[in-house]
Amino acid sequence: MTKYDAIIIGAGHNGLTNAAYLAKAGLNVLVVEKNEYIGGAAVTREMHDGWFYSSCSYVCSMMRQSIHRDLNLTKHGLVLVPYLGTVVFADNGDTMVSYNSEEAEYNQLRRRSPHDADAMFRFQADLARYAQLIRKTLLRTPPDPTSFRPRDIKELLWLAKEFWSLGEKELYEYIRFFTMSAADFLDDYFEDDLIKAAMASPGVIGTALGVYSPGSAYILLHHVMGDVDGNIGAWGLARGGMGAISHAIASALTEHGGEIRTNAGVDKITVKNGKAVGVVLDNGDELHADIVVSNMDAKRTFTQCMDKNDLPPGIYDKAKNFKIRGSSGKVNIALSGLPKFNNVPDNRYINRGGQGFVGSMETMERAYDCWKHGRWSEDPFIESVIPSAWDPTVAPPGQHWMSNFVQYCPPVLADGPWTPEKRDAFGQTVINKIERYSPGFKDLIVHMEVRTPHEIEAEVGLTEGNIFQGELTIDQLLFNRPFPGYAQYRMPIKNMYMCGSSTHPGGGVSSACGANAAREILIDLKRPNTVPEDDFYDE
Amino acid sequence: MTSSQVDIKDPFAGERLKESPFHPRQALLNLRDAWSSWNGYKFADYYYDEEYEYFCIRNSCATYDICPMQKYVITGPDAEAMLNRMVTRDISKLKENRVTYVCWCTDEGRMIDDGTIFKMGPDRFLLTCGSPSLAWLRKSTFGFDQLEISDVSDSLAALSFQGPTTCEVLKKMGLVGIEDLKPFCISYFSLGSDDNNRLMVSRTGFTGDLGYELWIEKAYALELWDKLYAAGEDYGIQPYGEAATNMARLEAGFIMPGMEFNEALKTVHYQYDQTPFELNLDWLVDFKKPHFNGRSALLEARDQGAEYTLVKLDIEGNKPAEESFLYSDKECSKEIGYVTSAMWSPVVKANIALAMVMTSALDGDIWAEIYYSKELRHHSKVAQCTFQTHPFWSPKRARATPPGLY
Repeated sequence: MTKYDAIIIGAGHNGLTNAAYLAKAGLNVLVVEKNEYIGGAAVTREMHDGWFYSSCSYVCSMMRQSIHRDLNLTKHGLVLVPYLGTVVFADNGDTMVSYNSEEAEYNQLRRRSPHDADAMFRFQADLARYAQLIRKTLLRTPPDPTSFRPRDIKELLWLAKEFWSLGEKELYEYIRFFTMSAADFLDDYFEDDLIKAAMASPGVIGTALGVYSPGSAYILLHHVMGDVDGNIGAWGLARGGMGAISHAIASALTEHGGEIRTNAGVDKITVKNGKAVGVVLDNGDELHADIVVSNMDAKRTFTQCMDKNDLPPGIYDKAKNFKIRGSSGKVNIALSGLPKFNNVPDNRYINRGGQGFVGSMETMERAYDCWKHGRWSEDPFIESVIPSAWDPTVAPPGQHWMSNFVQYCPPVLADGPWTPEKRDAFGQTVINKIERYSPGFKDLIVHMEVRTPHEIEAEVGLTEGNIFQGELTIDQLLFNRPFPGYAQYRMPIKNMYMCGSSTHPGGGVSSACGANAAREILIDLKRPNTVPEDDFYDE
Repeated sequence: MTSSQVDIKDPFAGERLKESPFHPRQALLNLRDAWSSWNGYKFADYYYDEEYEYFCIRNSCATYDICPMQKYVITGPDAEAMLNRMVTRDISKLKENRVTYVCWCTDEGRMIDDGTIFKMGPDRFLLTCGSPSLAWLRKSTFGFDQLEISDVSDSLAALSFQGPTTCEVLKKMGLVGIEDLKPFCISYFSLGSDDNNRLMVSRTGFTGDLGYELWIEKAYALELWDKLYAAGEDYGIQPYGEAATNMARLEAGFIMPGMEFNEALKTVHYQYDQTPFELNLDWLVDFKKPHFNGRSALLEARDQGAEYTLVKLDIEGNKPAEESFLYSDKECSKEIGYVTSAMWSPVVKANIALAMVMTSALDGDIWAEIYYSKELRHHSKVAQCTFQTHPFWSPKRARATPPGLY
């Protein structure tokens, strides 16, 4: 039987990235994937004839371009296309569009509030300053603050230097920022509720927090710190859907000699004498490897795929208590035409990008209240995108697919487990809300795929359907991610690593977690590093 | 209306730019009022956003107004012989309904301009180029009597239509069999309203992607526009300007006058113009054919070897090496060349450039000294450059017939 140098569990984009870099360094790697298709949450699936849904993640801005460039992902078929125009809708039907010109944007804000139009400049500068610092850490392994190893001390000093370079005042502001709510943060800048709601909405996406909950300000930043070709805050689509990212990385991986096995779910990670030695597949097959890398989330890895007796005391509890609450659902809709929205001009650059059904700060908070009580939100916050208006390959010409990210949707309902009937009722809630802003919307629906946390967990394997593989709050960020003392991708079992979004820098299709983990593995193997540094040094 | 009447209404009429036949439609879409000029025409730098328009070229489809391009129809029994003496490539091999890329040189072998020749009939050619060339064409007829040159620059409207969905859009527009048109071939279609509005379609372009150029008499320009835009509505059609063209052509590795080469007839300083060899256009110069202009000077230039050679560079980091000097060492002590065009390539995710490098230094290291500014403060960095032998962007669909589904 073949013994691999490394087995990576899960063919999501981070697992594939990790494997690609290990293969590039000359390792004999195997990626095992439970589904019959690869991609994890970065997938494209033809769910209806001619319609290709990005079933889970749907937009992209965090993808490290140094990795894109280094793995030559364009050659492997990946093209990232920016899209334009997001409209936000208020409860009263009021709308605010996003113009692709600073002047038009300013004029619009001035019409709402001259004060806010002015404050926007300071807001953007402050966000850019915060984002710039975090961006620099994305392709770096967090230092262990309690360690005295030269590498950790050096990295801590670097981090301290970066923080100090903000200046004393901003340093205090920054530390405050990490624990603030999106609402409190925005109150310092804006007075208009729709502007605040529009800005606050990224602060709760994928997180079991409300806009008034401490910690949501950082999540806001996490969503705007990405970029498309240096346009910070811009969002892109992968041509052909998010699966194009996974497929390009997989193609780079196989070019370097790596192997991928689908329909190969892992039952257990095998541990012998305190060392990971391989995996047992669901079908009973045993595979051996010098190294096992889990791209599954921390909770799933330790509580479901390992024997409790193999773990040092405390780790099991840490994993069990890892904050990975499911809070969102997804409704993918095939449409026979482009939906028209009330109070949105027929301007092709703004009427077909994204739609943010935010309502108001109050409405978003009420939506969160439902989640707390174990119900899906009756008046949910929906973030929609119509990728087919920008990518000609994902729907038949003139017809469209609309991705609707829905917040909030609990993993377990107060009145018992999810059923197909409840799932469909949840879907109805979503389309009812959209219909309110787009009369006739329902008549355009050709096909619909409703995904609650239950479906997301069952299909992708994300615990509770949490899109970030663990929440992005300060207690689970940087050297705390996934657990304090284990933030450098090495796990308590020898020869075992983690490379998924449960590790630094967290959720989002960035490839950073997988690449950082590969770098650490290569250090342990005393092999030359194959992982690039980030491109953003002089910004 | 006499010109004096115009003057009374608009005293600045003489200063205003000409408008292309497509202007009424394009002006509506130029939301940024980002106008530039080309050969006396009002010409868009971009319409909405240069990067968006660039992505339409790479992702969907987009039109570029090439009406300001210079177009000459050369007819008569001597037409072929005359053109063959003028350009460096052997066009006697060019078949009817084919297009070829050419350049022409001075007696000293310096490049005057590049362009394309369309063979529309046995004795009928269309020459297109960036700058007015009538005077040089006339000069080139010396000794040839049986030919006629007519400048159709203002009467023949043309639209470059580029991007992966172009073939589908043209099919939808009713151009039956367009998918079988091979690169550098010409085909004719009727637009439908009357017999005169014959549309010539060539599978050519300046983007390195799948694309076509559409040629029609000026009177039918708007009819063409409306039909094309109606068919393209669901395929992401968008006009693009100079800015996006410049991005796409650099990724394709195409040279631009005023960037990579200085037109010889406009060059003041001795040898500040270029030979085709310096521009890596050796393949355009055919010494096997009969005499052509600049032949002996070019033979000599070939044997001597070019002092500089145009190369494609992939540069580390993400700061475009615009107007950078190139060195053979990181310390920047020995200068070996200069960058002619540079950009961050959004599609390839690489920092790319075209550059003139001393041929003798091509085997060694190449370093670029890059200047950039950050919030008003200027910075510089030295970045290593790697040679690229192939175009940065060259999708299969650009060469395949049929091009296949986007």
